[in-house]
Amino acid sequence: MLRNITIGQYMARDSIIHNLDPRIKIVITIMMITALFFIDTFSGYGLFFLSVLVIIYLSRIPLIRIIRGLKPVLFLVLLTLILHIFFTRGGEVIWQWGFISIEAEGLYTGLFMVTRIILLIMFTSLLTLTTSPLELTNGIEYLLSPLKRVGVPASELAMMMTIALRFIPTLLEEADKIMKAQMARGADFESGNLVKRARNLIPLLVPLFISAFRRADDLALAMESRCYHGGEGRTRLHELKVRAGDFIALALALLLCVAFIYF
Amino acid sequence: MLIELKNVSHIYADDFQGTEALKNINLKIRDHEFIGLVGHTGSGKSTLVQLLNGLIKPSSGSVIIDGVNITEEKTGLLGIRRKIGLVFQYPEHQLFEETVFGDVAFGPRNLGLSEEEVEVRVRESLELVGLDYEEFKDRSPFNLSGGQQRKVAIAGVLAMKPEVLILDEPSAGLDPQGRQQLISLLEYLYNKKGMTIILVSHRMEEIAHLANRVIVMSEGEIIFDDNPAKVFSEVERIRELGLDLPEITEILWRLNRKGLKVRTDIFSLAEAVEEISRELRGSEIC
Ligand SMILES: Nc1ncnc2c1ncn2[C@@H]1O[C@H](COP(=O)(O)OP(=O)(O)O)[C@@H](O)[C@H]1O
Ligand SMILES: [Mg+2]
Repeated sequence: MLRNITIGQYMARDSIIHNLDPRIKIVITIMMITALFFIDTFSGYGLFFLSVLVIIYLSRIPLIRIIRGLKPVLFLVLLTLILHIFFTRGGEVIWQWGFISIEAEGLYTGLFMVTRIILLIMFTSLLTLTTSPLELTNGIEYLLSPLKRVGVPASELAMMMTIALRFIPTLLEEADKIMKAQMARGADFESGNLVKRARNLIPLLVPLFISAFRRADDLALAMESRCYHGGEGRTRLHELKVRAGDFIALALALLLCVAFIYF
Repeated sequence: MLIELKNVSHIYADDFQGTEALKNINLKIRDHEFIGLVGHTGSGKSTLVQLLNGLIKPSSGSVIIDGVNITEEKTGLLGIRRKIGLVFQYPEHQLFEETVFGDVAFGPRNLGLSEEEVEVRVRESLELVGLDYEEFKDRSPFNLSGGQQRKVAIAGVLAMKPEVLILDEPSAGLDPQGRQQLISLLEYLYNKKGMTIILVSHRMEEIAHLANRVIVMSEGEIIFDDNPAKVFSEVERIRELGLDLPEITEILWRLNRKGLKVRTDIFSLAEAVEEISRELRGSEIC
């Protein structure tokens, strides 16, 4: 049951998008998202949507997968829409029933906001779908490395992220197992009020923490015995390299951003 | 108690492609059987045993316990879990209480028993697994040795007084002495307490020695389901499935192939010695 939560939703494919340098992908994503907030016409959104579709096509990720990624924000989307429709005033009255009315401005702003949220989620999930968590952390580490001068421990942060990502599925699996083991002894995780439920979690949380600490100890030992002593001067097996394709992608993204805003 | 599986399949729905862990399993488990469940890693043994007490629901098919289809039943699983105790793999990882007493008492307390009854049961089950009640009850389970922790965890399941006891690879990682104690415990529970026992194990000696029915699984299907002698006579197939034979069977089988006409359906050392010397006396070699 707990395994269904996917943290890294990466889908391995051999596509142009997957093969782009993660740093470039992160930069492009930041650019596109920023541009998204400057778009003020539906035709701008149309163009954005079109480019998202092209990228999805190029990435060979099934469209349904992206659409499914929207499910968790469905509630937010609906709420935004409803709030705007009923509470944003202005423009001509489209529909009225008693004191409830829908006005043009509300409908327009509502749809506008909703489109923005949907496109935002679609684009960011494209990043996580086409970039493995490891590549992502590598990319972030590189992008943060100028900050090392002012004392930001970029490599350590990246190492922590890598380790966390590596162990999330393991811990979820473990939690699932312990939960079942306690249920086999009659534990009940599903009923009772909030306080009771929280207390019922103790038989799950204590073993989970113990096992997490045990793993952390083992891992620290294993890393030390392989001479890990912080990020200083560490080299990599796979160095990130920016290729011509990456520059082209960056240039295209820049062009698009300008186009969105002036469309 | 009768446990019955009818056309049970189970698919772990992870993401896009699900793993079909069990395929159309049909199985009947009767009172007072000692079943050895074997199969290589990933063959679906753990999935199967978790189905038996309703920890996971089959994707299709039904699990029927004493005439009650637990796949339909919304509630009442506590009753099932009282009757069918499941000792998970590495059960010591589930210990959580401050004292050994508290941990063993967890199950009985969940059943809503009185404190007196709980204490009686804790004492009884600790003694069963060979831990002295007075000595261990107030100790922290986390300061015990690995073997003792496992005993505490097993006691925690025994304290619920199940009619059917399922153990998922209980001897994994134990030292020889710990394994021997476990085997004695299982013999005692089976012979003296009349329990039904399902033992998942990779150690064929254990299985051959204890079980009166062996179920062999591979890729989510039941390949053999018969008495140990029959199953372990399928030497070639057992090997193909990546499994071992009991050591004694292995020796007898090799002797047999070298031309010594010994029986191969023997699982105790004494009997094997007798069989080999009988055969040797009878032949011309000596
Ligand atoms: N919680 C789970 N989620 C997804 N797949 C699982 C889960 N548990 C087991 N599996 C898969 O189901 C198959 C059978 O596993 P399991 O029943 O644990 O086998 P065994 O106990 O014989 O080693 C394996 O392919 C395994 O990867
Ligand atoms: Mg298993």
